[in-house]
Amino acid sequence: MNIPNWICLYGNKLNSVKKVIRDLEVIENKPVGGNNFILLLKSTENLPPMRPGQFCQVKVDKAPEVYLRRPFSIHSVDYKAKTLTLLIKAIGKGTTVLSGITQGERLNIVYPLGNGFSLTMEPNVLLVGGGCGVAPLLFLAQTLKEMGIIPTILVGGKTTEDIPRLEAYRKIAETHVATEDGSLGEKGLVTQHTVFKTRLAEFKRVYTCGPEAMMKAVAQAAEALEIPCEVSLENTMACGIGACLCCVTETKEGHKCVCTDGPVFDSRNLNGWNIDKASACSLPYIKTE
Amino acid sequence: MIDLAVKIDNLQLKNPVMTASGTFGYGLEFDDFLDVSQLGGIVVKATTSKHREGNRYPRLAETNMGMLNSVGLQNKGVDYFVKETYPKLTKYNTNVIVNVSDSTIEGYVEVAEKINELERIPGIELNISCPNVKEGGMAFGTSSQMAASVVKAVRKAYKKTLIVKLSPNVTNITEIAKAVEDAGADSVSLINTLLGMAIDAEKRRPVLSTVTGGLSGPAVKPIALRMVYQVSKAVKIPVIGLGGISSATDAIEFILAGATAIQVGTANFIDPAVTIKIINGIADYLQRHQIENITNLIGALEI
Repeated sequence: MNIPNWICLYGNKLNSVKKVIRDLEVIENKPVGGNNFILLLKSTENLPPMRPGQFCQVKVDKAPEVYLRRPFSIHSVDYKAKTLTLLIKAIGKGTTVLSGITQGERLNIVYPLGNGFSLTMEPNVLLVGGGCGVAPLLFLAQTLKEMGIIPTILVGGKTTEDIPRLEAYRKIAETHVATEDGSLGEKGLVTQHTVFKTRLAEFKRVYTCGPEAMMKAVAQAAEALEIPCEVSLENTMACGIGACLCCVTETKEGHKCVCTDGPVFDSRNLNGWNIDKASACSLPYIKTE
Repeated sequence: MIDLAVKIDNLQLKNPVMTASGTFGYGLEFDDFLDVSQLGGIVVKATTSKHREGNRYPRLAETNMGMLNSVGLQNKGVDYFVKETYPKLTKYNTNVIVNVSDSTIEGYVEVAEKINELERIPGIELNISCPNVKEGGMAFGTSSQMAASVVKAVRKAYKKTLIVKLSPNVTNITEIAKAVEDAGADSVSLINTLLGMAIDAEKRRPVLSTVTGGLSGPAVKPIALRMVYQVSKAVKIPVIGLGGISSATDAIEFILAGATAIQVGTANFIDPAVTIKIINGIADYLQRHQIENITNLIGALEI
């Protein structure tokens, strides 16, 4: 099993990695369908070790109506080239301004932030992404692959345009698609996909990122089969470093900051994410036969 | 030789730049970005007598050049602070001030008494101005009588430097400032956040779970500057100015208006290392204007 160097160095917790503020150069701003785009950013120095699921806080310049930084998951990392990518959907003021950024401009970012996904040595893992929520799952899939674990990937969206970067996922692992309008892959939600309905029990761990309703459905199905499920939460943030306490989520241990205690949580620790065991078999996505 | 040192009661500040409570955590969150000991002081997150979970999410709304928050004094309580957090803060070679809040006078006194025992905490900032809790908080800071009574009670229990943080949500802030000065405050800091509101028109709902929240950031600076100017003329005790300070120029403006020291708040969220830039920028300003001592600039506004 080939374990990436940084895991050996830092173990499963990367708390010792120093957070930095850096100006990164925009090498490319590439539209990838829908309102999604990918920013390829280059550093002049070595990148800090990052863990899949971690994020960065991007300062949005030239937009007086955008005051706070914007948090984005790390989409992929190339330590040798000193580059990283962000997959972003232009959906609000900040992301729309960022979608117009051009090659050669600089972006001020604070990173790496948050806890990231916990990595497993289990051979069978399922990654479930929805819309541009797939962003951190590419980095996760790449890292798992480097560790010798080939994940199974399932991505979903309303329509084909909501499935950005499919080719990148297919290069790494078996990737399944569900669209609500049936324009790509199976018609329906990810939780209605054949892989999810018939093979979920094969997996030892599930990682998911996307709309909250989707993640909740995925997490509850996993919980019903006693499979640990890690979910990457989204939240509006101010500081991103656990100082302002604005981005809290309700957990079994009270309010926790999504920026520092997350963004990745074990779904079993989140309030309102659990299933009532007795009624689990009536859930539509649990195989009952 | 440029001298940036200022004095707030018995507190010696190596420079006038402090951090505002609730925007700098316990300092520890910023260790990666700057040497906290270089600051004039830090004011750590509000501490109450009991553990508080704070308000429900959403607690944040971005506004033009600022933000609204309704965190609601989330903290683990004074006993946890004394046992778990305080030992981690003794490494800092700067003034670590604890922001003290509660919902009753007895609660304020209890926290102040417990913090009084901590050798390395040279002062407290009494928070009578939090707009995000139902009882206490701002209720104490919007009436001269209530403000005086809580300051008097805490003054009896607290022997070191007592700073009182004022609310801008009043008709005449100088009256409150004078009342807390007479009640024994060693200094006043102002302004806390302005009560504001944000609405999501599409959903026809308030953005914050609490409907209203506290506005901070560059948007509030002109109001803060005006209040610092008025209060510094009305009281004899030193004034600490805050409200939207994001640059050295902003800081100089507050000092000219009469502030002996300043606090940087929301700007820490945008640039975690902004405080160091502000210190350097103040030194540059003094150099440029050939002013040797920052104290010569306090209240030096020419009208």
